[in-house]
Amino acid sequence: MVRFWEYLLIAGLIAVLLVVSHWIGQQAYAWMPLEATAEAQKVDDLFSFLVSIGAFIILGLVAMMVYSILFFRAPKYDYSEGHPSRGDLKLEILWTAIPTLLVLWIAFQGFNIYQQLDVLGLRQIVHLHTPLESQPAYAIATGEKPKPAAETIEVFVKQWDWSFRYPNNVTSNELHLPVNLRTRLNMHAKDVLHSFYVPEFRLQQYIVPGRDIDLVVTPTRTGKYKLKDALFSGTYFALMDANVQVESLEQYNQWLTTAEQEPTTIKNQAVAEYTQPPKTLFKSGWYTVAPNQTAIAQNAVP
Amino acid sequence: MESITRDQDSPTSQNEPENKWRRYFSFSTDHKVIGVQYMVMSFLFFLVGGLLAMLIRAELITPASNVVDRPLYNGLFTLHGTIMIFLWIIPFNAGISNYLVPLMLGARDMAFPLLNAISFWMIPPGGILLLSSFLLPNGTAQSGWWSYPPISLQIPPGQPINGEFIWIVSLVIIGISSIIGAVNFVTTIFWMRAPGMTFFRMPVFVWSVLSAQLLQLVNLPSLTGALILLLFDLSLGTQFFKPLENGDPIIYQHLFWFYSHPAVYIMALPAFGIFAEVLPAFSRNPLFGYRSLAVASLGIVVVSIFVWVHHMFTSATPSWMRMLFMVTSMLVAVPTGVKAFGWTATIWKSKLHLETPMLFAMGGAAMFLLGGVTGVMLAAVPFDIHVHNTYFIVGHFHYIVFNTITMAIFAAIYFWFPKITGRMYAEGWGKLHFWLTFIGANLTFFPMLPLGLQGMVRRISSYDPRYQGWNVVASLGGFLLGVSILPFIANIVGSLLYGTRAVNNPWHATGLEWTTTSPPPQDNFEQIPVVKRPPYDYGDPKYSVIEPPDYHQQEN
Ligand code: HEM
Ligand SMILES: [Cu+2]
Repeated sequence: MVRFWEYLLIAGLIAVLLVVSHWIGQQAYAWMPLEATAEAQKVDDLFSFLVSIGAFIILGLVAMMVYSILFFRAPKYDYSEGHPSRGDLKLEILWTAIPTLLVLWIAFQGFNIYQQLDVLGLRQIVHLHTPLESQPAYAIATGEKPKPAAETIEVFVKQWDWSFRYPNNVTSNELHLPVNLRTRLNMHAKDVLHSFYVPEFRLQQYIVPGRDIDLVVTPTRTGKYKLKDALFSGTYFALMDANVQVESLEQYNQWLTTAEQEPTTIKNQAVAEYTQPPKTLFKSGWYTVAPNQTAIAQNAVP
Repeated sequence: MESITRDQDSPTSQNEPENKWRRYFSFSTDHKVIGVQYMVMSFLFFLVGGLLAMLIRAELITPASNVVDRPLYNGLFTLHGTIMIFLWIIPFNAGISNYLVPLMLGARDMAFPLLNAISFWMIPPGGILLLSSFLLPNGTAQSGWWSYPPISLQIPPGQPINGEFIWIVSLVIIGISSIIGAVNFVTTIFWMRAPGMTFFRMPVFVWSVLSAQLLQLVNLPSLTGALILLLFDLSLGTQFFKPLENGDPIIYQHLFWFYSHPAVYIMALPAFGIFAEVLPAFSRNPLFGYRSLAVASLGIVVVSIFVWVHHMFTSATPSWMRMLFMVTSMLVAVPTGVKAFGWTATIWKSKLHLETPMLFAMGGAAMFLLGGVTGVMLAAVPFDIHVHNTYFIVGHFHYIVFNTITMAIFAAIYFWFPKITGRMYAEGWGKLHFWLTFIGANLTFFPMLPLGLQGMVRRISSYDPRYQGWNVVASLGGFLLGVSILPFIANIVGSLLYGTRAVNNPWHATGLEWTTTSPPPQDNFEQIPVVKRPPYDYGDPKYSVIEPPDYHQQEN
């Protein structure tokens, strides 16, 4: 009979824990930046699911520890045994099996959502161009079919600046994207590894010199965002931001035509800092790679 | 000769540090001396690494770059990470393992004492060499502890001796030392066990050292190889990793993470082992599920060799590889979870004694939950793609490397301090140290999780002002962590000099190390013990007798 009540109590506690952790999982949406792509919604669903499960495990075990600290204390010099139970095979099998199933479930969810992202265009096509292109085996091994996209924009990244070339050959330091359209970003790095990252898009992709890296994005929300280089790429890497403007197709086309007539140049932050270093408390004066010299010439002269 | 040594080491006549401190500066082959040498040396590096971290946090308290210039900042995070991993956690683990494994196995020493001393003495030169790069005209390595090419090949200017060069050479030296050490540990555990010490009578700490050292043996050569190739690229003009000259920088990432993922378990496994020793002793229960915890260590070894690509999900990694490594990465959570459940079950319905080692162990085990859960999240590819290279990662691994492993290390120091030094530490100072550390650690590392979710990129020295709030909290927490180390140092130094004498087994713990004197004599045991009981025999009256109060700490 006592056993019964004990089990009932445990079941009740688990139910409470489930409710609480589900609630925490719902809060998790608010911890993320705005959702600006179709991908972002999927990622946030997955994150919320992961937070719920995580909260359940953490709260459950921490509650057991805190309860123990409060109620299972020994009198000061009492070194007698607690209860000499060495294990419980059933329990051990249970707590190996349940996490196994749980992580397989999580992996399955991750796989599912990845598939959906993939349909949306996450899958990047990776192949080497010069000079290994003559080796088709490599291309087949990693080559995946390009996804159809409405627009293709070339992305060029170097230390420390982003530039974008649009279908009408306009080049700009700003990334403009039409909303609700699939846009292929064809990305090229000129020196070291960089990483394309817009937090609101929930996408990150390394750009490897010597490889063409494609990413298809479908922004779903107009507005202004920041593109960052997420992978450490040298001294001025903290300054490697670019504006991302998601706008209606008309506005986008309009911008393309104006940009064609009067190209916008944006002050390169790395160059600005190279010519006017900030006054820091400690100065090492250590060697660094300087930002591109021609850019300096353009920017340094007032 | 033999009897004279014995005489000096008997509990009454020894404990005179005045006569003994010199041997800690000598080329000793005694595993206990080497163990202490490792621990003290790594702690000094921990202090250096901590100072660098406080400079980093000082820079990040405001959005602008105003404390250190950017090249110096790059050097700071590169050396901070390198020091904390390769000169603090890994050598400290080597030290405590050196000290304890022979004692726990009932052996007189490690299998190859001379080799043991050699592997220790490779580390101080390697570490000092690394630090000396601060004095080079163009400074230290600046490409992060990953040292990804081609950026790592680009930072050093023309001269042959540069920060990156020094960084590679010192890491190769430290790596070779670890490989030698691993051979020694594995051999010792296989061949030096006392009669009756079967594998399933070994303490879980020994199991976890065995597992960690197996990983060193299997995986470390891959890092060493990668570093040597990188050195060739850097200094001899080869093109292994240069993308614009036919090389492949991604191969470096594979070789690097093939070691550096298992390295996280090389660091974590001994910490898990420490929990498995401390938690039963202070809860007076046998370790719950001893066998499954022991076997889980080996399970971690096997799975963790096959998960390295989870650090490279965004490195132009094809989809099939992403999915494959997502599944394997998640499977590591199973043996890891078995451990966490075992610890909790050990505490459940027990008789808790909340002395300092127990506080650190419970605090560390609790915070491991957040580290482990965020790890499983990161293994889910779509989520990782969002937070990779952000502060979420930094938060995840600091919950592990600081809030779990470093806490475990402190638990170990307090737990075995009486055994190692023959003195008790001061409990009040220990508790103060614990609370400052626990609060400081959470203040420092928790804010990194929301910062990362919001998209704050790691390794930047200036940032968007909207990230400032959490950064101020993290920086203040970081300074508190810096302060928290002071009561620890005061306690250790004060207790070494003035602490009350410790008895053989102040915690009434099981384990062979507690059957010998504190500190143990030259050859560890008067007589090689014969093991007849299972480990963690806390139900046994021998360990659970109720002692008179004065037994616990024997006055001078
Ligand atoms: C048990 C002890 C653990 C330790 C010591 C540890 C340590 C680390 C460290 C140091 C890093 C960062 C490396 C870097 O970027 O500089 C990291 C990242 C990561 N950890 Fe853990 N971790 C642990 C547990 C786990 C678990 C259980 C999982 C998954 C089941 C996991 C999954 C990951 C993933 C996926 C990353 C890469 C994140 C990224 O860079 O995008 N970790 N971990
Ligand atoms: Cu890993």
